[in-house]
Amino acid sequence: MKAFEYAQPTTQAEALALLSPEPGKCELLAGGSDLVGLLEKMVLTPDRVVNIAEIDSMQQIEADEIGGGVAIGAAVHLDDALDSPLLAMYPAMMQVISGLGSMQAQAQSTVGGDLFRRPSCWYFRSGNGLLAGGGQMVALGDNRFHAILGNDGPAKFVSASRLAPALIALGATARVIGPTIDDEEFLPLEELYRTPSREGQRETALLPNQVVSHVILPPGEGTSGIYEAKHGAGPGDPMAAAAAALRIEGGVVREAKIVLGQVAPTPWVSREAARAIVGQRVTPETAAAAGRAAVAKAAPVRYRPSEGQHPPSGTVH
Amino acid sequence: MAEQYSWPARGKTSIIGKSHSRLDGPEKAAGTAKYTYDINFDKQLIVRALGCPHGHARIKSIDTAAAAKVPGVDYIHAFKKAGDEIEWSGELIVAVAAISGGAAAEGVSKIKVQYEVLDSFTAEDDLEAAIKAGRTKRGGGKSLTAREPGDDDDEDEFVDAEIERLLKAAKFTVDAYFGIDSITHCCLEPHGTTVKWEGDRLVAYLSTQNVSGTDDQFARGLNITADDVDVHCQYIGGGFGSKFAVDYWGLAAAEISKATGRPVKFLLSRDQEFKLGGNRPSGYLKVRLGADENGVVQVWDSHHWGTSGYTGGGVSHSVVPYVLTPPNYRRKATSIKCNTARARAWRAPNHPQACAITQTAFDELAKVMGADSYDVFKANLPSASNGKADLYAAEMEIGAKLIDWKANWHLHGKGPKKGSVVEGLGMALHTWGGTANTSSAIVRVYPDGSVEAFCGTQDLGTGTRTVCAMVLAETFGLPVEDIKINIGSSKMPFSGASGGSTTVGAVSESHRRAGQDALAEIFKLAGKKLDADADDLEAIGGRIRVKGKPKRSISWKQACGGLGLKPLEVTSSYKRGDESPLSSSGVGGVQMAHVAVDTETGIVKMKKFVAVQDMGLIINRKLAESQINGAVIMGIAYSLFEQRLIDPKTGAFLNAEMRDYKLPRLGDVGDIVVSLYEPESERKRGVIGLGEPPVISPGAAISNAICNATGVRVRVLPATPKRVLDALKKARA
Repeated sequence: MKAFEYAQPTTQAEALALLSPEPGKCELLAGGSDLVGLLEKMVLTPDRVVNIAEIDSMQQIEADEIGGGVAIGAAVHLDDALDSPLLAMYPAMMQVISGLGSMQAQAQSTVGGDLFRRPSCWYFRSGNGLLAGGGQMVALGDNRFHAILGNDGPAKFVSASRLAPALIALGATARVIGPTIDDEEFLPLEELYRTPSREGQRETALLPNQVVSHVILPPGEGTSGIYEAKHGAGPGDPMAAAAAALRIEGGVVREAKIVLGQVAPTPWVSREAARAIVGQRVTPETAAAAGRAAVAKAAPVRYRPSEGQHPPSGTVH
Repeated sequence: MAEQYSWPARGKTSIIGKSHSRLDGPEKAAGTAKYTYDINFDKQLIVRALGCPHGHARIKSIDTAAAAKVPGVDYIHAFKKAGDEIEWSGELIVAVAAISGGAAAEGVSKIKVQYEVLDSFTAEDDLEAAIKAGRTKRGGGKSLTAREPGDDDDEDEFVDAEIERLLKAAKFTVDAYFGIDSITHCCLEPHGTTVKWEGDRLVAYLSTQNVSGTDDQFARGLNITADDVDVHCQYIGGGFGSKFAVDYWGLAAAEISKATGRPVKFLLSRDQEFKLGGNRPSGYLKVRLGADENGVVQVWDSHHWGTSGYTGGGVSHSVVPYVLTPPNYRRKATSIKCNTARARAWRAPNHPQACAITQTAFDELAKVMGADSYDVFKANLPSASNGKADLYAAEMEIGAKLIDWKANWHLHGKGPKKGSVVEGLGMALHTWGGTANTSSAIVRVYPDGSVEAFCGTQDLGTGTRTVCAMVLAETFGLPVEDIKINIGSSKMPFSGASGGSTTVGAVSESHRRAGQDALAEIFKLAGKKLDADADDLEAIGGRIRVKGKPKRSISWKQACGGLGLKPLEVTSSYKRGDESPLSSSGVGGVQMAHVAVDTETGIVKMKKFVAVQDMGLIINRKLAESQINGAVIMGIAYSLFEQRLIDPKTGAFLNAEMRDYKLPRLGDVGDIVVSLYEPESERKRGVIGLGEPPVISPGAAISNAICNATGVRVRVLPATPKRVLDALKKARA
């Protein structure tokens, strides 16, 4: 770990004042469940770490007076979110948190921290950069757990946020502040993410001195849920994830938002899947059809390693 | 000296064979137990090291000037120099010692090493590619035929013809491929040491399975004498066969400490622990076998390959086929040199892989025959190479009841499908030696009746301390808590390394011997007071009493009072290999798995796992069960999760982090049922080690259960979701 300056602001304004416009100079710390490992391995080497977990105004879950929904502070811990009656209306979000597979992660991680989890790509995490040689290390290397959608550019990693697919499906908006305290915008959460096209860019659209202070959910109406295919009960990344929010009337889906996780450099909004289910009753068959539609355009990076299926041809002696 | 060493008969023990919680459990649970990682000295330097990122490279230059200038950096120690060839990724190049871990890491980041990157070869499963790359060498082999060649026959040609004849004559044949990947030891506490010099004496706190043997290793490496080295290890966070050596980083710690005059702490970082701390060789096997109409295998013809790293190696041919050894066989092994770290002994070296790549073939035979796997294994028991057919048969029966084999069995791939999920059963069996290691112990009985013992053994976490205390408590008729056990220092009496399931036997031998020897002396004193012959006395319930006349007794304390002012001190020893009534070697063991496979996601869920295990005489039932529970979980890990992933392009170890190196959680292991098999025929053999045997069978048992569930073989372990899906897809095509 490189030595860094540690700052612990107590207000949003103080936090913004501590950030640098230059990428990589400052890193935000909330629960630290992701950042600390990256600092330890010196994948990130900031001069200053700004802890935003102690900012009161970012620790609350409140009814959103204007929109009728809920505003969740970015520094809210996941287990507090899980216990909040205000969030019971959003099953997709609750399912993600309860399915994390780690009480420690639930207690330590924050909503904002999860949205900004850095990709798990092992080439990135061993210090080769987010794009790892313009995507070549992934393309020629061991690319299991890498992108199958949105991977035609150099970015082959998959978005790591567990909550983002659910929150996007639920129609969440991010309140973004900065560079100054007077700068405030409300961004549909899916627009927070972007696929970097050159090394040095990150996987979100924020400036280095912007911060997501809150996530705002519209009123929790309709049906929502998630499905994560996990190899093991632990806190590891799912192999694939999907979140769906549906408005069902008279047994028929009228509106649908389906978002895939762990499959692309961003949370992947699948309009194809939504189209497939809208106007249908939800049955195992129509759900499967939506699933097929979601991955119809999937193009896995060709898998290189042998995967141990190498019986030599012919006789053995 | 005691007349004769022995264990109390069944039903005559108050402590041996019963359950007792680990004596150091509370310290561990409370976090007060000091592991090597927890040892810190005043003014110590912390070391971090730079590893080579390439699988194969030559060092062109090393520049440490900038590292030396980092504030806090005190000393730089080079392991390698320009011109050196590096043969695997992770090999340490330079170590930096600094006043903090952060400063040392920053120093490491400032080191500039230029490499000439060379071609690396890491495709350890790919025999054809290895041959093409010139990476193979003969790994041994053997053939045996029931019919002997005639005087005029060329032996090789005869065996060739005989094997082909037998295969042709066989009623059923299998021609198949099985494999198991390299995994790492994955010790939670990384390898390493904290050292300080006291004048010319080295004091080393070492994370080791080999307290009594590492003082000498330090001494040789540092050119001092072993009497000037004091190695300590009270608690260890995992070893599994990878922590017998001081290692070059341990010696470096001592050298840096000497050079700087400060204590030095050098433990590997997490990724280095994966890369350097040890790995288990891979094994891939192609086999043809032929069986008669009863499913008894008559002929086995196999070729397997794999790697133990850059020196070649792989799974020994001597355990192929595993346990079940047909009357005619030919086996051949090919060693592959890969640009990967050198393997270390991993719990039951060779056995888990051999079991996984050969007992799957017996299950495949059942599939080909359309028979019950249980019956096929049973039919082949007479060929057990250790002569334990009857033992296995008895253990199979117990296992079958516990897993309800009859009710749950269906032919391979013919079970009911619930949604996308199918279930299946599989079994395997194993063997291990587990002879007691050499061990000495000092037992001291004080005039006030207190008892303590000293032994240079180590507690791997499985309860060595508790075993020592139980053995002495039983011997003296005292409560376990009244015995003070001292272990974990090389200055204590020698006790062998904890490897190969040798420790419980070792310490049971030394402590029982020392205990019985000491008790004989106490009986002499008590005999005077009780006016009885020492031979007529027994120690039970804190009292020494005349056999058959429990009222003629004195308390243990009163008896020890006879010692006067000085304690009684007895040293007793056992030498490995000596015939003894207290211990022996050779166990069996049968395991059965019940799994559920989701054919849509490829995810395998453990429903139930049954482990039936003999181990001679059981000292502590609870610890024995825990040992088996742990082994089964470790087995589930390598069957379904663990895999060392090497980048095919650079040779870098990709998943050398806990976040990427997959391990099961409690939610993944299902219901583990342990059955300790201790009939009198086994108990009378004395103590036999238990550490390795139960980790051997899970691979084959789980692979067989997956095949039974799906009707499709996942050829190579671990059976990851991808492999399960690939196998299902291939079967559909």
